[in-house]
Amino acid sequence: MTINQISVFLENRPGQLANICRTLAEADISIVTLSLADTAEFGIVRMIVSDHDKAKEVLKAAGHVANMREVVAVTVPDRPGGMAEILDVLDAAKVDIEYSYAFAFHHGEKAVLVFRFDDNEKACAALAAAGHPVLDFKSVLEEAK
Amino acid sequence: MDYMPVEPLRALQLHRLQWTVKYAYERVPLFRKRCEERGVRPEHIKTLADIKLLPFSKKTDLRDEYPMGLRGAPMDEIVRFHCSSGTTGKPICIPNTMQDIEVWKNGAMRCLTMYGIRAGDVLQVAYGYGLFTGGLGLHYGGEGLGCAVLPISGGNTERQIMLMRDLGVTAIACTPSYFLQGVDFRRDTKLRHGIFGAEPWTDEMRETIERETGIVAHDIYGLTEISGPGVAGACPHRTGLHIWEDHFYPEIIDPDTLEPLPDGEVGELVFTTISRCGTPMIRYRTRDLTRLRTEKCPCGRTMRVMDRISARSDDMLIIHGVNVFPGQIEAGLLRVPEVAPHYQIVLESTDTLDRFEIKVEVTDEAFSDDIRHMENLRKRVLDAVKSIIGLTPKISLVEPNTLPRSEGKIKRVIDNRKK
Ligand SMILES: [Zn+2]
Repeated sequence: MTINQISVFLENRPGQLANICRTLAEADISIVTLSLADTAEFGIVRMIVSDHDKAKEVLKAAGHVANMREVVAVTVPDRPGGMAEILDVLDAAKVDIEYSYAFAFHHGEKAVLVFRFDDNEKACAALAAAGHPVLDFKSVLEEAK
Repeated sequence: MDYMPVEPLRALQLHRLQWTVKYAYERVPLFRKRCEERGVRPEHIKTLADIKLLPFSKKTDLRDEYPMGLRGAPMDEIVRFHCSSGTTGKPICIPNTMQDIEVWKNGAMRCLTMYGIRAGDVLQVAYGYGLFTGGLGLHYGGEGLGCAVLPISGGNTERQIMLMRDLGVTAIACTPSYFLQGVDFRRDTKLRHGIFGAEPWTDEMRETIERETGIVAHDIYGLTEISGPGVAGACPHRTGLHIWEDHFYPEIIDPDTLEPLPDGEVGELVFTTISRCGTPMIRYRTRDLTRLRTEKCPCGRTMRVMDRISARSDDMLIIHGVNVFPGQIEAGLLRVPEVAPHYQIVLESTDTLDRFEIKVEVTDEAFSDDIRHMENLRKRVLDAVKSIIGLTPKISLVEPNTLPRSEGKIKRVIDNRKK
């Protein structure tokens, strides 16, 4: 079970991230999570938003380079070593993590990890088998409310 | 004419050169004055090699003598003017006689024939019409061969594609960059030939065009000062561009010492018109860099071949003491298939080494949300450029359509270095 994530190329100049957020706000799209990966030369913004197709459309219309990727969101167990448990499962299943980032929902104490794997199917199966619930888009939106 | 044996060809050239020198000496005051300064008279030209005794001419002469100071024929023989604005102020003006127009048309026809274009082909001429020679040159060449010509001129890509499809166009003449920008051209059309010229381009650009559109990309060369498109063109063997040297006598010189260079060496291309009356041009410096080759071409044509113009001496940049041409950067970028050749060179002075940056627009195809992938892309662009120019510029990835354009073209070089 995967979730769509929208990624946008970020040129190294001031105000670029704000522009992207404004473009989405003007189209009435809310940002559920936002993670920024950058180097000294350029950056990549990764977002889970309320409407990915529309987001991609408005960002492209505004002249940005954007693409859609499938990622896996999993809840981190609320106990010591919770994060390590998940990583161990993935390690044992021999899936490669292209990248990952964490976020917390506003109200709860729950943390969520987002992963991009080389093989999403295999990773999901391994997580499910080990009893770690993989979130679908609806529940991510629910939790974010 | 194309297959004329070399000896009679040289004899014909000498005869025509002697005629031209005498003609210009008698009618063009600036040429006569310069010959007198050098102590040269028409009868001193006894062999083709004696051409080196004659003074050069340059674009600035045409500008200084504007409008018609270099005219050879009387006004009642002039049938058409062509002009080019140049980048600074005064334009240049070239008066042509009917015979000059015929020679020009003939050159374009010889090129089209060489490309395999025949009566029955539909030729879309997307070069500009008017004072610029591109449009009319291919127009008359195409009509001369019995092609159906579509004189659409430049601009409005959608209409270009609609008419191309509806009229069954088989050949288009335009600049390679215009064609590359509207690569959709090929889609469900009958297009088979592209006739490209009027700007420097590279083998990589040709390969890209042929790979992406399935057409055959032909080279054409010409310039208003000498006649127009059809001074030279490439045959199917792709050994270079055959110069119609029965009308346009070529030389290659060292642009610094102005000494003639032997065939095979790269230098500035110089032309002498040897059958032109309206505006005879003697040893005209084109600023184009190329070399001439004498090897026999498998096609059997005896007319000498020059390499495609990939650089102009005017465009040359000296960066960290190395000669760099924008075309080389373009060639490097074309080696990385996911990036479009949309780039800008930025040069700035610093306390130490000048800053040398190349901005490259990221395309949808090139974008990945994996940082490593993007870093790798940057590195591949750098490696490709570095392997050609031997320098290490800073490569910056920028968003698409952000490099400033004027009339659809990106300004290739921003040189802010202190002079
Ligand atoms: Zn040939």
